[in-house]
Amino acid sequence: MLAYIIRRIMQSILVLFVVGLVAFSMFRFVGDPIENMLGQERTAEDVQRLRSDLGLDQPFVLQYWRFLENAAHGDFGLSYRQGRPVVDILIERAPATLELALVSGTLAMLFGISLGVFTAIRRDGWLANGIMTVSLIGVSLPTFLIGILLIYVFSVELGWLPSFGRGEMVMIGRWSTGFLTESGLKSLILPSITLGLYQMTLIMRLVRSEMLEVLRTDYVRFARARGLKERSVYFRHALVNTMVPVITIIGLQLGSIIAFAIITETVFQWPGVGLLFINAVQFVDIPVMAAYLMLISVLFVTINLIVDLLYFLIDPRLRTSKAGAH
Amino acid sequence: MTEPVLSIRNLVVEIKTRHAVLCATDKVSYDIAPGEILGVVGESGAGKSMAGNAVIGLLNPPARITGGEIWLNGQRIDNLPPNQMRRLRGKEIGMIFQDPLTSLNPLLRIGDQLAETMMEHLGLTKAEAHTRAIAALEEVGIPAAAERINSYPHEFSGGMRQRVVIALALCAEPSLIIADEPTTALDVSVQAQIISLLKRLCRERGTAVMLITHDMGVIAEAADRVAVMYAGRLAETGNVRDVITRPRHPYTDGLMGSTPSASAGQRRLRQIPGAMPRLHTLPPGCAFSPRCERATDQCLNGPSPTLEADSGQAACWHPIKLEGAA
Repeated sequence: MLAYIIRRIMQSILVLFVVGLVAFSMFRFVGDPIENMLGQERTAEDVQRLRSDLGLDQPFVLQYWRFLENAAHGDFGLSYRQGRPVVDILIERAPATLELALVSGTLAMLFGISLGVFTAIRRDGWLANGIMTVSLIGVSLPTFLIGILLIYVFSVELGWLPSFGRGEMVMIGRWSTGFLTESGLKSLILPSITLGLYQMTLIMRLVRSEMLEVLRTDYVRFARARGLKERSVYFRHALVNTMVPVITIIGLQLGSIIAFAIITETVFQWPGVGLLFINAVQFVDIPVMAAYLMLISVLFVTINLIVDLLYFLIDPRLRTSKAGAH
Repeated sequence: MTEPVLSIRNLVVEIKTRHAVLCATDKVSYDIAPGEILGVVGESGAGKSMAGNAVIGLLNPPARITGGEIWLNGQRIDNLPPNQMRRLRGKEIGMIFQDPLTSLNPLLRIGDQLAETMMEHLGLTKAEAHTRAIAALEEVGIPAAAERINSYPHEFSGGMRQRVVIALALCAEPSLIIADEPTTALDVSVQAQIISLLKRLCRERGTAVMLITHDMGVIAEAADRVAVMYAGRLAETGNVRDVITRPRHPYTDGLMGSTPSASAGQRRLRQIPGAMPRLHTLPPGCAFSPRCERATDQCLNGPSPTLEADSGQAACWHPIKLEGAA
């Protein structure tokens, strides 16, 4: 099992190298950042000086190598637009996105799994059918529309919740948190629902179909025939057996909650890394874009690694077959 | 005669489909005495498993009991509310399924599956249940039970898993065991072991057994009495010796003739022409009449009369007389 983990980590590092190369080389051709940074009034010397200051006159391979080397030290260079270290900008922005992702991910998992179990158990009930119908809306409506609708209802019409921003922040070291103030918590509600709704319906529909599958198996029938309580049959015997496909999807969805928070952050003017990325694209701010891409790939790779390890925890059959293979 | 453990009276199980209401068991009646093994034989779809599922209250909708009564130890159980029926399952009625490979929850240790059943029905603490679980495994002949109790189902062979299933079905000492094709999925060499194990354990405890099978060899080996089912109806009941050596119903006779036996040497097996009719195309009168060489117009005119045979009953207009059976 240890060998397996090491192998997986090696693969993950390889993936990061490739993503780094793709990110770096693609962004080389997006456009000349010098053009954007210096306005209309510039001299050839200005251009030349800035180009060599930023290292943009060096060969491609050298630039890539330097990029990797610095990235490994957590140094992604200076933002072309803001002229500050990218890492500082990211650290400043990350808490907003991570807190948003944490809340919406938790909501999506909690409601997704429990509603999935409910709709599977009561699969012919009117309430379960109603939930299934409503969930179709959650799957098919685009995120920005849901966000705008929520703002319209809860901010504009009812005036209960703020329509943009994070509210009041409390700083804990370099981490700005919205969990400790009322306005911060209130500000989290609409964006996290917007961001998590799609994942929630996806998880719910997956859990439901997996549950229906498992409820037909012999061991669930046998658990019933042994007179176990319904609660034990549904949760201890059935739900746990649906977990391998479910955590695979949850893992991937958690990754995309963070990676694709861009739309939600734009709709709610949420000062997170997604908004940062959009602004960076507009200004061809290559260091920021590259760092963002690397950050997201590290995130996906880590989540996948954790999901793989969870398989072992859940399913004893994997543990023995792996042990037997070595 | 002692009070029967299980008494089924005119049991009717119907399956409602979009087009018609099918009768899976049609006025089936039989008793099982304490310590007695009743073999229920018939082709697939004859309704033998339906009757078993009806007794333990695990009919899958749309199948349901629409007539008749089921009595267990003097208590009527076919109309119990679900929660009371749940308490009887495992405690008073144990069930063994066909495929031991799929009857056990793959993610739970067998000791935990035994313990949860005992804690549910016997009110034991976890430690007590653990001790009794080891004893239960020893009783069904699992070597090194104290260690094996921490194993997962996939670490056992098919025969060993069926032993675990038997331990699970018997662990709360029920008065009735329903064994639905308990040996069909097993190797022939293991079949005999499992049957003799089941027989021994039930003899020792005075447990009544409903042994559902299509294998006449298993019946001859294990059962005290036999109920032969055909197309949802009882064809013949009686002591195993009488039914095997002197069948009264032409279907039973055909069934015996088509069973290979080692002692009879290499002779051609008799075949019953045709196939059992589907439930929605049952002929009027006796369901067996289209395949029966003794059938007359009388057989199409209405339900067959129930005739007292040597030790049971046969439902036939033209039962085989003793001299005809030779």
